Amino acid sequence: MIATTLKLGLLGGLWESLGGVGLTHYLVVSALVFGLGILVILTRRNAVAVLMGLELLLNAAGLNFVAFSKYSAPDRIDGQVVTLFVIVIAAAEASLALAITLNIFNNLNTIEVDGARSLKG
Amino acid sequence: MSFSDAIFWVFAVIAVLPALGILFVRGIVRMAFLLLFSLAGFAGLYLELGAGFLGFTQVLIYIGGILILFLFGLMLTARMDVPVRERAGAALVIPGAFAGVIVMAFLLFIALGNPWPVPKASAPAADASLAAERDPDTRDIGYKLMSTYLLPFEAVSVLLLVAMVGAAYIARAREEPTDAGRIP
Repeated sequence: MIATTLKLGLLGGLWESLGGVGLTHYLVVSALVFGLGILVILTRRNAVAVLMGLELLLNAAGLNFVAFSKYSAPDRIDGQVVTLFVIVIAAAEASLALAITLNIFNNLNTIEVDGARSLKG
Repeated sequence: MSFSDAIFWVFAVIAVLPALGILFVRGIVRMAFLLLFSLAGFAGLYLELGAGFLGFTQVLIYIGGILILFLFGLMLTARMDVPVRERAGAALVIPGAFAGVIVMAFLLFIALGNPWPVPKASAPAADASLAAERDPDTRDIGYKLMSTYLLPFEAVSVLLLVAMVGAAYIARAREEPTDAGRIP
């Protein structure tokens, strides 16, 4: 049963994607960028690069909110408002994280994320 | 393929390909500029979804604000005598890549495998005359922010203020600590 669901689901999704652009397309774009953001976070050393991966994650999530809002409730814009909040929180997070990175650089003379280990437990 | 579909594909490529480049390119400044393209692609996708205010907010805050902040952070933390290794060692990269690919595959499976229910009556809002008749969504967002989402709006305002003051405090320029001027 799982196999048929897998086959029908994936094939159906792919077949549907050959038609007009729909919700699935936006979800696929968002999933790709989210995965790439996680890969950037997990494989980079530079703290600023890790923050860039984080911005990719936030953008992917925001795109999902807007896409769901448009396709499942076209006359409402609640998804857009949530994405607006996400953008504002991303701005706050970026400023604070960069300030902390700057402080780590000044104190420990490194910007690699695994360089700040003077607080070993 | 209609015109709006073509616009979607263009912006989707602009959003995804630079994100792939961020993963592979060497050099942190190149990463920052690739991030610019990716964010611009997302702004285009917001516009394509009919979220005009959000698209331009994305350009203003992300591209005009956060990216410039990143470039400042790069400038302030780049020194020739402090080498930065690009990637984590193999002991971290291989499990990291594994985990990232698993997450991506899982999300793709959810996105592609579900028949997302779309209300038939109002599904394609790409009708040009309908879009022209509608008010711009900026006014709706303003009403929402001041009525339904008033409490989150105020909370986010306070959060932004606190973050701004905190960042300025954390990143302030200190004078060299001397024994005379040190606070115990």
